[in-house]
Amino acid sequence: MTITLKVIAESLNLAVRTGRDQLERVVTGGYAGDLLSDVLAHARKGNVWITLQTHPNTVAVASAKELCAIIIVNGRTSEEATLRKAEEEGIPILVSPLSTYDVVCRLCELGVKNSEGV
Amino acid sequence: MKEFKADLHIHTCLSPCADLEMSPRNVVSEAKRKGLHVIGICDHNSAENVPAVEKNAAREGIAVIGGMEVTSKEEVHIVALFGSEESLFSLQEIVYQNLHGTNDEKLYGEQVIVNEQEEVTGFSNKLLIGATDITIEKLVDLIHEREGLAIAAHVDREGFGIIGQLGFIPEGLPLDALELADPSNRDRIPLEVRLPFITSSDAHKLEDIGRRSTTFLMQAASTAEIRRCLSGVEGRRMRI
Repeated sequence: MTITLKVIAESLNLAVRTGRDQLERVVTGGYAGDLLSDVLAHARKGNVWITLQTHPNTVAVASAKELCAIIIVNGRTSEEATLRKAEEEGIPILVSPLSTYDVVCRLCELGVKNSEGV
Repeated sequence: MKEFKADLHIHTCLSPCADLEMSPRNVVSEAKRKGLHVIGICDHNSAENVPAVEKNAAREGIAVIGGMEVTSKEEVHIVALFGSEESLFSLQEIVYQNLHGTNDEKLYGEQVIVNEQEEVTGFSNKLLIGATDITIEKLVDLIHEREGLAIAAHVDREGFGIIGQLGFIPEGLPLDALELADPSNRDRIPLEVRLPFITSSDAHKLEDIGRRSTTFLMQAASTAEIRRCLSGVEGRRMRI
């Protein structure tokens, strides 16, 4: 089953802050983390990344790792510079009022799973 | 010019995670015993014990650089060092406005405010262990507006270090220096990072004071001279 960002955005009622034209992207799985060094080391291409970080460096990390999108938790507000950079780089940023744990639970219910052994 | 042995990142008993033995007088005597000429006092998000350390240090001929270890919104620790109490406490005021929550002594530890006679004058009830909601860019600006030095703390540690938290040092962030917890980790910092390195103890207990230090060759023990040293002005230099 393929799940697009659009399905996720609608099901989780996410506020789309950037990359509105990228919502047809297929999500390959997910990674949750707030240490960007760890995300650089462990997130995989096409993953949706769940984090509370809103710094412009998040966009660089998402770009470098070819992540599908960034979901910001707890309704945190992204810096202007982050949103600008995300538009430039074509990285969707979506915001949820839920916590990381709850966003991950909801994604699991939707069937967003990492393939094993990759 | 003279050589000054400096440990620019020392906590006191105001930090909830520091030993209660880290009273201003004890910190100064330990610094003296370790042969330090300059100490930086940097408690988490607060500077309330700096005046008591300064008064004790003046008697021992040790120079104190008043500072704070501020936690940015991204949970990056920045050591902010100032040349005057006025600048230091004006940053503290902004930090307090942007730091939320109340300390739980049972969970995090006591936050003891002490005067120069070693009398406890109060306990900070702020959640000093918490993060402010000041972005790292804004924080560096606030420090520079007050002519302070903005040094990224323990960049070689994953937790609360700028590289661990943010993956890499944000482009164009005008930091004055990077602090290594262990100088032998210098090779692990990417070569394109062209910032001066210092090393400090980040002492939370007495015996750790001076465990790491940076030796500055400069004219006087002041924040302004350290700044000149960091950029190598007129033969000033340092070694870690």
